[in-house]
Amino acid sequence: MQVPASFDYRRATSVAEALELLRRYGEEARVVAGGHSLLPMMKLRLAGPELLVDINDLHELDHIEQVGDELHIGALTRHRTLLESPLVGRYFPIVHDAEKVIADPPVRNRGTIGGSLCQADPSEDLSAVCGALHARVVIRGEAGERIVPMADFHQGPYETAVGVGEMLVQVRIPVLPGAGSAYEKVERKSGDWAVAAAGVALTLREGRIAESGVGLAAVGAGALNLGPVQELLDGNEPSESLYEEAGRLASANCSPVTDGRGSAEYKRHLAGELTRRALRRSVARARTAQGTTGEA
Amino acid sequence: MTAVDEPPVTPQEPEQGQGRGQGQAHERPIGFGRMKRKEDPRFVRGKGRYVDDIQLPGMLHGAVLRSPFAHARILSVDTSAAEAHPKVKAVITGETLAGLGLAWMPTLSMDTQAVLATDKVRFQGQEVAFVVAEDHYAARDAIELIDVEYEPLDPVVNARHALAPEAPVIRDDLEGRTDNHVFDWEAGDSAATEEVFARADVVVEQTMLYPRVHPAPLETCGAVAAMDPVDGKLTLYSTTQAPHAHRTLYAMVAGIPEHKIRVVAPDIGGGFGNKVGIYPGYVCAIVGSIVTGRPVKWMEDRSENLMSTSFARDYHMAGEIAATREGRILGVRVKVLADHGAFNSTAQPTKYPAGFFHIFTGSYDIEAAHCEVTGVYTNKAPGGVAYACSFRVTEAVYLIERLVDCLADELGADPAELRMRNLLRPEQFPYENKTGWTYDSGDYPACLRKAMDLVGYEELRKEQSEKRARGELMGVGLSFFTETVGAGPRKHMDILGLGMADGCELRVHPTGKAVVRLSVQTQGQGHETTFAQIVAEELGIPPEDIDVVHGDTDQTPFGLGTYGSRSTPVSGAAAAVVARKVRDKARIVAGAMLEVAPDDLAWTKGRWSVEGDPSMAATIQEIALAAHGSLELPDGVEGHLEATTVYNPPSMTYPFGAYVCVVDVDPGTGSVKVRRFVAVDDCGTRINPMIIEGQVHGGLADGIGMALMEIIGFDEDGNCLSGSFMDYLLPTALEVPAWELDHTVTPSPHHPFGAKGIGESATVGSPPAVVNAVLDAIGVRHADMPLTPSRVWQALQGGEVEAPQ
Repeated sequence: MQVPASFDYRRATSVAEALELLRRYGEEARVVAGGHSLLPMMKLRLAGPELLVDINDLHELDHIEQVGDELHIGALTRHRTLLESPLVGRYFPIVHDAEKVIADPPVRNRGTIGGSLCQADPSEDLSAVCGALHARVVIRGEAGERIVPMADFHQGPYETAVGVGEMLVQVRIPVLPGAGSAYEKVERKSGDWAVAAAGVALTLREGRIAESGVGLAAVGAGALNLGPVQELLDGNEPSESLYEEAGRLASANCSPVTDGRGSAEYKRHLAGELTRRALRRSVARARTAQGTTGEA
Repeated sequence: MTAVDEPPVTPQEPEQGQGRGQGQAHERPIGFGRMKRKEDPRFVRGKGRYVDDIQLPGMLHGAVLRSPFAHARILSVDTSAAEAHPKVKAVITGETLAGLGLAWMPTLSMDTQAVLATDKVRFQGQEVAFVVAEDHYAARDAIELIDVEYEPLDPVVNARHALAPEAPVIRDDLEGRTDNHVFDWEAGDSAATEEVFARADVVVEQTMLYPRVHPAPLETCGAVAAMDPVDGKLTLYSTTQAPHAHRTLYAMVAGIPEHKIRVVAPDIGGGFGNKVGIYPGYVCAIVGSIVTGRPVKWMEDRSENLMSTSFARDYHMAGEIAATREGRILGVRVKVLADHGAFNSTAQPTKYPAGFFHIFTGSYDIEAAHCEVTGVYTNKAPGGVAYACSFRVTEAVYLIERLVDCLADELGADPAELRMRNLLRPEQFPYENKTGWTYDSGDYPACLRKAMDLVGYEELRKEQSEKRARGELMGVGLSFFTETVGAGPRKHMDILGLGMADGCELRVHPTGKAVVRLSVQTQGQGHETTFAQIVAEELGIPPEDIDVVHGDTDQTPFGLGTYGSRSTPVSGAAAAVVARKVRDKARIVAGAMLEVAPDDLAWTKGRWSVEGDPSMAATIQEIALAAHGSLELPDGVEGHLEATTVYNPPSMTYPFGAYVCVVDVDPGTGSVKVRRFVAVDDCGTRINPMIIEGQVHGGLADGIGMALMEIIGFDEDGNCLSGSFMDYLLPTALEVPAWELDHTVTPSPHHPFGAKGIGESATVGSPPAVVNAVLDAIGVRHADMPLTPSRVWQALQGGEVEAPQ
């Protein structure tokens, strides 16, 4: 059995207490919720925090609620809760698409959206989803809260905008009329990290694409919001030739590397192929949502 | 002596079909039939007792420090900081062991392997030092305190470069060694093969790699060593598939007298050949116990298991098949480059350094065949024979079943038709193949026909061509395999000089309950049920009244263990023979009870009765009581009801089967979905169909795993890239279809009740079926496993799919 080096453990009873502990221990403290990324890294002795701050009792961070034209999702919301939420499914089918292929049920039972985003793994699915949805995240620290767009949240592989003494408390996703979204992933087996994945979210206004978001996973850092693709899509009528061009741009605007999951060339191909597929389904869903023809 | 002259029982399965609900009537057959496993109540309750569950008073914990380099010279090892750790009791290095003469140990292939490295490390993950501490956590902490200074050396990673003149010599520990060559071996007739190739209309060549894979049992390897300082007896609880062979080897290696060693294999969480060999960790645990005077537990973690213990395959094969234009196969030949890793530790009968690979003529009537195998050292973990491979029959079946598909592609023939045309015919058995095997029995065409009917072969081909027209990719792949299992006859087969015959003891208690003691060890195969059923079939004692004892050298007779599907062919035969001995003795006792001559008695299951008067009878339970009582027995007949035997198999058994796999491939992503899998197996007489089906299910899943996702890969520096289940992928229920199984029954003529092995059939037979299906779907002649989406997509683009290393 792999075992971690010794560490201290505190089970926080309030966000304030968690923040105080994080501030006191600085870089040596890590927040644990599901622990599915952190604990294996500790067992492999790739991570060796002095203190784990367990936030599993902070139920105030476990919520899904609509506030105005945004859906607020607490950082401690479990994958399973997202998957089972009709509200999430209605507004953001992309989240359900992704949740169905994130890891396996035991991981989804305990893993959280906050943990997924804070891991800042370029292969992680919900980050690409939140990027496509133009989500914003709420970071709380001693001095109060700040709101950061998803595009700025990841500052590199395994690095986020969360500073010392801070924690992610909430994810906010805009609820837009006439929206459709979808997530497409290729994996070597169920529960595996993506070989590559693409998330698309958009709205249809008078037959034209607006407010589009395209986020890719597992094709290098910085692909959570593909600006050039979004600029291409916005204002145009959906068509196969548009999808083709969007796919081409997605392929061109990522930086995959060859590894055990596949060659860089293949992943670049997937970036395009999966972007096209996600676009088709997003448009179809948007049309369904608007009561016109199309498949869900 | 053995008694194998009785005719095999008529092959009748006690239930028809596979419908659910029929099981009830056969819940407890007295003998063969579908029956729930006796061992499962403890497993499903989590009450199994594995090595890691063992807690002994005063037990310490060991951990191994491993090499980060594939090839490096050890300049110094500083253990002072680890020794200063307050919970550390001992730090053992190669130097410590050298003082005891234990730094090196013999392998099962007559090579030597470092227990703890002294001069060099030769693969990443090799054992360098062993820490014994008060708890597992402290042991793990302390290995990080050991400071080893290495001088990295160029590694040999790719077997294809191992024999290059400039390749670094890995085994400079061996006297006079100047290259990385391990052995050359050949089988078949080179000249005759040359002749048929010269006159063949068609010759197809194909190189292929069976990649390095790993058995990855759920339970990793480990041991608890307890050397009793008072009586000098070593008890070793360990994850072993061969407790008796291990005991003898420890006696030879460590110089501990064999009667002072007890090896116990408790419940074992899967073996698949991974637990046949002796690993350095076991030896370190023993030394740790001797040094500290306390029991020492060592249990490797998942990464250690994947990176350092016996892998499987790694065969680079250059095959050729020769045929007439009409599709009559004439000959097969192959040159193999076998990657054996840093130490030659493969486990197989001594005469056969390439295992039973020379059964690569497969199931076909071929005029001539020849193989040459060259084994080489590389800077990778040692091993090669594991993962339910039937001693490399897996590689052989893959070769021939791929070559036949390549030939079909060349001829534009239907692969099923081509196979049917060349299969051995029933009247050819017993069949001498061209490389020295005598196939015992089979009706191959009937088996293939059954599989094709079950899958609806012709309709599938129609569906395929319709889909192709729409740009959809679907494929149908076949495999017809023949295995040789049940090693083996003593005069041909031994491991390190130990003959491969199995002992068995059976004792019937006064009340008619019984205990049967086996030399083979179960790792999940269901021996506690199967062997009880064998005795039940022969004696008529219900299986639940028969205790099966195994896995403890102090309680069981000698034998070579469970691997290569040998348990039923060898120890199963032994159990039947010993039960028949008891039955013969019971006849004499019954004669005395009924006051008739034993010759006047007739046996029906569970009772001896007077010929012509069934009311005059004694049940086996009544006989057992009388045998232990005061009944006067004929002169020279001892009391009690028990017998022993040693079964020396007269030959091997040859299970076979026809598999058909149907896949869909996404042309845009290269993702493969296995839609259907039909498996028709023939393992001769079927003891417990439910257990057989379970074995087949598991093996088919293995096959899909190997074909589509499993590989132990390395980078240029020899770093292992597959050291966890995040990178070494095993299929789950979501990657496999609902299996469609059927069977034919052709009993083995030389086995006491006609059984053949089944444990590895599906692992051996399924990978080529899956690969053939994928290649059929994408219209490519060959691409090496694993057929991951990336590699399938690459093949679809028409590019060469690079062989992994």
